[in-house]
Amino acid sequence: MEQRIVIEPITRIEGHARISLLLDCNGAVHDAHFQVTQVRGFEQFIVGRPFFEMPALTARTCGICPVSHALASAKACDQLLAVAIPPTAKNLRRILNFGQIIQSHALSFFYLAAPDLLLGMDHPPETRNFFNIAKIEPQFARDGIRLRQFGQQVIERLAGRRIHPTWVVPGGVNAPLQQTARDAILSEIPEIKALAANHLVRLKQSLEQYEEYIRIFARFPSLFLGLTDKAGRLEYYDGGVRIIDAQGAAVADGLAAGDYQTYIGEAVEPWTFLKFPYYKPLGYPGGMYRVGPLARLNIAAACGTELADRELTAFRSLDAGPVSSSFHYHYARLIEMLHAVEMIELLLTDPTILDPHVRAEAGLNNREGVGMTEAPRGVLIHHYKVDEDGLIEWANLIIATGHNNLAMNKGILQAAQHYLTGGRLHEGLLNRIEAVIRAFDPCLACSTHAVGAMPLVVELVAPDGEIVAQICR
Amino acid sequence: MTPIPPHPPETAQTLNLTINGRQVSAQAGETILEAARANDIFIPTLCFLEGLSAQGSCRLCMVEIAGSAKLHPACVTRIQEGMEVTTETERLRDYRRNIIELLFSERNHVCAVCVASGHCELQDLASELGVDHISFPCRYPTLAVDASHRRFVLDHNRCILCTRCVRVCAEIEGAHTWDVKNRGIRSLIMADFDAPWGDSETCTGCGKCVHVCPTGALFEKGLAVAEMRKQRPALPTLVANRATEQR
Ligand code: SF4
Repeated sequence: MEQRIVIEPITRIEGHARISLLLDCNGAVHDAHFQVTQVRGFEQFIVGRPFFEMPALTARTCGICPVSHALASAKACDQLLAVAIPPTAKNLRRILNFGQIIQSHALSFFYLAAPDLLLGMDHPPETRNFFNIAKIEPQFARDGIRLRQFGQQVIERLAGRRIHPTWVVPGGVNAPLQQTARDAILSEIPEIKALAANHLVRLKQSLEQYEEYIRIFARFPSLFLGLTDKAGRLEYYDGGVRIIDAQGAAVADGLAAGDYQTYIGEAVEPWTFLKFPYYKPLGYPGGMYRVGPLARLNIAAACGTELADRELTAFRSLDAGPVSSSFHYHYARLIEMLHAVEMIELLLTDPTILDPHVRAEAGLNNREGVGMTEAPRGVLIHHYKVDEDGLIEWANLIIATGHNNLAMNKGILQAAQHYLTGGRLHEGLLNRIEAVIRAFDPCLACSTHAVGAMPLVVELVAPDGEIVAQICR
Repeated sequence: MTPIPPHPPETAQTLNLTINGRQVSAQAGETILEAARANDIFIPTLCFLEGLSAQGSCRLCMVEIAGSAKLHPACVTRIQEGMEVTTETERLRDYRRNIIELLFSERNHVCAVCVASGHCELQDLASELGVDHISFPCRYPTLAVDASHRRFVLDHNRCILCTRCVRVCAEIEGAHTWDVKNRGIRSLIMADFDAPWGDSETCTGCGKCVHVCPTGALFEKGLAVAEMRKQRPALPTLVANRATEQR
C-alpha cells in the first residue's frame, strides 16, 4: 500500500510549509513533496496601483528581505521611466543590498542553522534553538547578533529605518547619504570584518564533523544560475545571467534580465503554491538549477575583493567541479558576508558616494520593465507591465526560493531515502530533512517565523487520505 | 452646502461664553470652532478648512452645549451669549474614535504603502485619538485609481469624501471641476460629468485640490510612498486679497 508521511510545519525557516513523503508498498520513499501552503497574491493585488508605489509596496512581501524586493522593483521601475539612474544612486543601492545580505545571512547562519550545527541534529527540539545557543555559547550568539545588527544598521543609516524603508524609489533613492552616516559605518568595518573572518575560520575547522551531512544534504549534479559582471565576477545588483552545468562549464553567459522568459520557464504542480522555475532549453524538470550563495560562488570567476577571493580559492578545492553539496550553502554564506563587508568599505571610501544627485526624475516612458538582482537567497525578478497612465496591468515576481524549489524537493527526497528506515517515523529523520531545507534558507514570504517553538506534526497518510500514523512534538 | 459666511459681519457685537469652563469672548456670528481656535482650544476636524465654506459633514467637531441633549457640530454652530460649551468628554472621544474607525473601514487605507503616510490628517487624528484597531468589519471595496491627469492622481481608496477638493475648486479656483456622484456609501468624487481627470475641460491644473486633500486620495504623480507633503494654500489670505482687489 502506498503511504504518505506528512511533516508540518517546518520550524526555523521563513514561512509556512509542510512535507509529504510518498512511500511505496515496501515502505521506501519514492517521492517527496515540499508543499507551500500559503498564497500571498502580491501579483494580483498590485494590479491597478501606480507603479511609483511598487518598491515600497512589494517590499512588504517579506520582513526579512524587504530591501531586496524594493531594489528589484525599483530597477523594473527605472525601466518604466527609461532612465539611467545617477551613478551614486546605483552605488547607494548596492551598499543597501550588501547590508541586506549581511543581516539575512547572519540570521540564517547564526539564528536558524547554528542550533543544528552546534547542538547537533539529535539534540531535543525544545532546546535546539538560538536561546540555548546564547546560553551555551554566549560569545557565538553575541557575534551573530552583532553581525546582523551591523547589516541592519547599514540599512538604517542609509535608508532611515531597518525594516521596510521607503528610501529606494523609481529613478534612484530619495535622499543622499550623510557624511556622518558614512563615517559611522566605516568606523565599524574593521570589527565586523574580523568577526566575519573568524566565524568563517571556525566553520572551516569544523567541517569534518559535518562530513555525513555534506555527503547527504542535497548533494547532486545540477545547473547553477546567478548574476556576474562582464568579467565574470560576483555581482549582486546588475550584471548578466550566467548559467553553468554540473561540471562547471558555462551553459549560458551574459543573458539579459529582460529576456528571462526566454530561458526560465515556470512549471506548476497542483500540490503546492510555489512554482517550479527551470532552465527552458533543458525542459522540466531536467532544467533544474540552484541559485543563492552556493550557486553564486560556483559561478563567479572571482569575488573581486581581497579576503573573499582568498576564501573562494579554498572553497573551490572542496570538489573537483562546482561544489555540489547544498550543505555548503552555509559555508558560502559566510564567504559572502565577508565579501559584503569588503564591498561596503570599498564603495563608501569613494568620495562620490556623498554626491547629492541621487534621483533621476522622469514620467512614464516604457510600458514594461524587468528588474533583476541577487537577493540573499538568490536571483530575484520583478516584471511589470503598466497601462498608459502608469497603473500596473500585470506583474510577475520570481523569488529565490522558487528557483530552488526543484532542488529542495530533490534534496528532501535524497535525505528521506537515506534516513527513513522501515517506514518508521523518528525525530532524527525529521530533524535532518528540516536541516536540508534550512540549508537553502527558504524564505516563504511570511513575516512570522518561529525560533524552534513551532509544534511539528508528522503524519502517515494512506493514498485514500486516511491518517494511519502521526507523531507530534 | 451650508451657506454660512466665512467671516462675521462687520457690525458684530462681542458675546461671552465658556468653553470647557473657560471664559472666552468672540464676535457675534462666529462659530464655536472659530471661538475655540482663537483661544487655542483644539477641536478635531477633517472636512473643515479655514477659507472654505463649512459644511459640517465629518462630525468630528461635535461638542456638547449645556441645556441641549444632542451634540452640535462646532464648525457650523454659531455662538450665543452665555453658551456653555464642552469640547472634551469621554462620550465625545468615543464618538470621534468611532468616526475615524468608520472612515478606515469604509475604504482601503493601507498607510504603510500610502504616498501621504506621515503627512496625513486622517492618520494624525487616528493616532491622536488612540485608534489602534478597527472594531468594524472593513468593506474593502474595489475602487479604481484615476491616473489620467498629467500631473496628479486621484485614488478613491483613500478618499474620505470630505469634499474639500470640491469646495476649493468651486469657491477659490472657480473651476468647479469636482463634484460628488452617487449617494451614501456609494458616493464618489468625480471630475466634470464623470470624465477621467485627464480629460476634464474645466480643470486648470492649479493643484489646489491636491494640497487641501487631508489624505493620500489626491497626490502628485511621480511621488513614492510617504513622499507627498501637502502645502496648504493660505486660503483666508487668498480670499481677503481678492476681496480687496474687487473693491
Ligand atoms: S490616506 Fe492617510 S489614513 Fe489613508 S492610507 Fe494614506 S496615510 Fe493612511
